[in-house]
Amino acid sequence: MTLKHLGFAIFFLALLAALACLPLYAGEYAVTLMIGMTGYVVMATAWGLFSGPTRYVSLATVAFFGIGAYTVSVLSEVLPYALVLVAAALVGLAVALVVGLATLRLAGVYFVIFSFGLAELVRQLVTWYEVNITGTLGRYIFLPVTPEGIYWQLLGLAAATILFSWAIGRSRLGLALKVIGDDEVVASHCGINIAGVKLALFSISAVIITLVGAIQAPRWTYIEPSIVFNPTTSFLTLIMALLGGANRLWGPLLGAIPLFLLFEWLSANFPNHYPIILGLIFIAIVFVLPKGVLAAVETMVSRRSAAKAPAAVSEATR
Amino acid sequence: MSEILALSGITKRFGGLTAVNDLSFSLNAGEVMGLLGPNGSGKTTVMNMISGFFAPTQGVIALKGEPIQGLSPHRIARKGVARTFQLVRALPSLTVAENVETALAFGRHKLWGSAARERALHHLQEVGLAQRADEKASDLTYIDQKRMELARALAAEPDLLLLDEWLAGLNPTELRTGIDLIRSLERRGTTILLVEHVMDAIRALCGRCVVMNAGRKIADGPTDDVLRDPDVVRAYLGDDHA
Repeated sequence: MTLKHLGFAIFFLALLAALACLPLYAGEYAVTLMIGMTGYVVMATAWGLFSGPTRYVSLATVAFFGIGAYTVSVLSEVLPYALVLVAAALVGLAVALVVGLATLRLAGVYFVIFSFGLAELVRQLVTWYEVNITGTLGRYIFLPVTPEGIYWQLLGLAAATILFSWAIGRSRLGLALKVIGDDEVVASHCGINIAGVKLALFSISAVIITLVGAIQAPRWTYIEPSIVFNPTTSFLTLIMALLGGANRLWGPLLGAIPLFLLFEWLSANFPNHYPIILGLIFIAIVFVLPKGVLAAVETMVSRRSAAKAPAAVSEATR
Repeated sequence: MSEILALSGITKRFGGLTAVNDLSFSLNAGEVMGLLGPNGSGKTTVMNMISGFFAPTQGVIALKGEPIQGLSPHRIARKGVARTFQLVRALPSLTVAENVETALAFGRHKLWGSAARERALHHLQEVGLAQRADEKASDLTYIDQKRMELARALAAEPDLLLLDEWLAGLNPTELRTGIDLIRSLERRGTTILLVEHVMDAIRALCGRCVVMNAGRKIADGPTDDVLRDPDVVRAYLGDDHA
């Protein structure tokens, strides 16, 4: 058991080191690509952290992503960079706590709609503030951060998020989440503080997503609400996590990598049809792989092993 | 005998419907009491108010002298109340052992890891499910899910155990086993409040019964007396039989 863990740890570190060395031998385009991909890996994993077990489908991803980016644009000239990131995380946390306290009692489709509305609300508020108070819609971000620097930060955040997600899965908090996902009534009658658990996970997930927005912000140089609060970000994150399987540790990552590459290729080659194709892929994933690729593979494997077992057993399971 | 649970003047209204009307009764430590009544008389609503699923509209529910009405279920659970549900509620994506470990991890003792696993297996042993500990809860049969639900409630080591029609839907052999199981809990001194329709089980298990009809208490006393009470007979069978 511990040997297996050690093997995993070594593999994980080796992979991380290889990825960190990437900018040394790959070109500028590869780094740009990896920044986008790593950002989505982190967001999809963070999304799965909360939405996978609780089955609360959140479309608020871009609200936090944008809050991160905007915090950086506002504070980048008054605070040192590290403090800007801390401030962004704190702003994300504060918003998540307020929103979470107000909405995590909503169930099912109401939460989906609320979370979507939240992202729009934040975008409209920022737009209103910029137009009426500061008098300018866009903001410039001049930070001495190189693309490699951004990539390394995102890679670190990705590693931390996956480690964290792994640790939660093995903790009491992880069990609480699974129980809540199965049956909230049982959860509360077993002594689980449902609102507290949801709020904690929602906040953690939101802070991570906020950090992605904050770290990526310098890439744009110029930002405005329609760029950083683009709802497509929320949908992409969702669809990536669903493709891989939001309930599994590696699921969101496995969904994010191929889909990011696919969307990158589509937007380069079919810029006009991109939204239509995106919608079709979304529908296909929900219909064909509702529980994600990993779950589908597991079902296939278990079916195959059931077929090998005595006929009586497979009859009984059918 | 010390009083574990006392309801006084409990009323629950759902809009215009008064489901429970000015209900009072108490339960002593170590007692097994039946809560009876025709369908729709408000029994499950009473259970739900004790476990915190509903807050009463009026009245006081005291657990060991401390008012608990209106607290959320997780707080009441941590104060020592555990329950089973009228319709079995398994946690389908967890294993049987994990179902029980849930009550251990978040209950009063906060057991986790191998200690929780050991306790869970012990409680599964009690209900006769130990050999199925690692199966998915959704793969169990109905009676086994009921057993698992009881093991989960027992794992909380409750001061007060609420069983909501736990014996309903069992065949005669299973009923026998179920009654023996509850008896063994009684011998260990667990205080139990059970809602039940199976008269054989009520006679075998409950020293005392409270009978409700249309939200009101119509009888409270030793089981044999209560079941002979004309009001109770009338509530169940109509005027002709009273």
